[in-house]
Amino acid sequence: MINKVVNNAEEAIADIPDNATLMLGGFGLCGIPENCISALVKKGVTGLTCISNNAGVDDFGIGLMLQTRQVKKMISSYVGENAEFERQLLSGELEVDLIPQGTLAERIRAGGAGIPAFFTPAGYGTEVAEGKEVREFDGKHYLLESWLRADFALVKAWKGDKAGNLVFKGTARNFNPMMATAGKITIAEVEELVEVGELDPNQIHTSGIFVQRIFEGKNYEKRIEQRTTKIK
Amino acid sequence: MSLDKIGIAKRIAQEVQDGTYINLGIGIPTLVANFIPDNINVVLQSENGLLGIGPFPEEEEVDADLINAGKQTVTTMAGSSLFSSAESFAMIRGGHVDLTILGAMEVSENGDIANWKIPGKMVKGMGGAMDLVASAENIIVAMQHCSRSGDSKLLKECTLPITGIRCVKKIVTDLAVMDVLPEGGFKLIERAPGVSVEEIEAATEGKLIIEGEIPEMQID
Repeated sequence: MINKVVNNAEEAIADIPDNATLMLGGFGLCGIPENCISALVKKGVTGLTCISNNAGVDDFGIGLMLQTRQVKKMISSYVGENAEFERQLLSGELEVDLIPQGTLAERIRAGGAGIPAFFTPAGYGTEVAEGKEVREFDGKHYLLESWLRADFALVKAWKGDKAGNLVFKGTARNFNPMMATAGKITIAEVEELVEVGELDPNQIHTSGIFVQRIFEGKNYEKRIEQRTTKIK
Repeated sequence: MSLDKIGIAKRIAQEVQDGTYINLGIGIPTLVANFIPDNINVVLQSENGLLGIGPFPEEEEVDADLINAGKQTVTTMAGSSLFSSAESFAMIRGGHVDLTILGAMEVSENGDIANWKIPGKMVKGMGGAMDLVASAENIIVAMQHCSRSGDSKLLKECTLPITGIRCVKKIVTDLAVMDVLPEGGFKLIERAPGVSVEEIEAATEGKLIIEGEIPEMQID
């Protein structure tokens, strides 16, 4: 077994330099690498390019790194929950690349799978298509989109073992499995770290080959954006 | 009487067919789920990785790891499955989802839709909307016929940045039900209770096609 365990988030992210390109898993605040984000804020690296479906909220998730002006560029599909983000964007302090969500997911998947480009129908005829090659297949138009890869991918799983195998829970899976494949270094934080052999190989979502570092996170807040319950 | 949001949702629910997989957008489309008759079996897809969205949870069932695309806490139902965002959009782009119901800021008479951006004002992003409208076989739009300032949102051409071209098949507004014809034009199908054809014509900037008697919507 190759042991990939590090002690904590600080140790896991210690060598992330200024101006690195990062992928951060999560949809909204669901399944985000909370411990790694806190450690990045503490370390104070700047000039980061962050690839993440969303940008957190003002005081949680990637929003914490926006407050401290550590992010130079965001590559996302939807950033509507964050007023500080909108302010930095409109004032020109922050660059942003907005990408259709399925295209974002597939570009990351392609990056991890060694596929440099692919055609997708999303965005044809819109401003997303500007400057992109269009090709027709069976009478329908498609855009050429390229892969995305990152220096570091920061993912969050429910359980993991010391060999880096990961199991996700509920809709906290989202972008995490593809991002795990697309980072030169993938750092996984998990709620429960177990010995090898304890996870059923049939139930693994992300194989350990994609994960370089793993640690058991602590004090998960798992904030809920829209707590909605049954109307009594 | 023009319809309220609940009325629009109830009317759209009548379009839902048994045995289909459906993606509901945020806002009025989410309400549609409440009015699908018990004898119609459908499965709701959530783009963040859940097929088979259940009802909202009881207070003690709330799980931060189980949300819908609007970031609301939800539950799973018997027969649900969970997957990654890449697989979710494989379902969407691959044509496996039968019906998409979503909101719009503008629709044009050839079926273009704008619902993601107001230049200089709203910078939120398109989320999954561009993938959905580029791929779905059947797209129904739920929207108000006019803006708050009274301007028609059913136009000859969209003025806002578009989300997708020639994709909307049907529109249900507070005033009317219309089909978007393949050759262009909004074909008036039904009127909201008590709303006249003239009122609908006045509220529609794009080409409105009226053939014969236009019945009132039947909504309980």
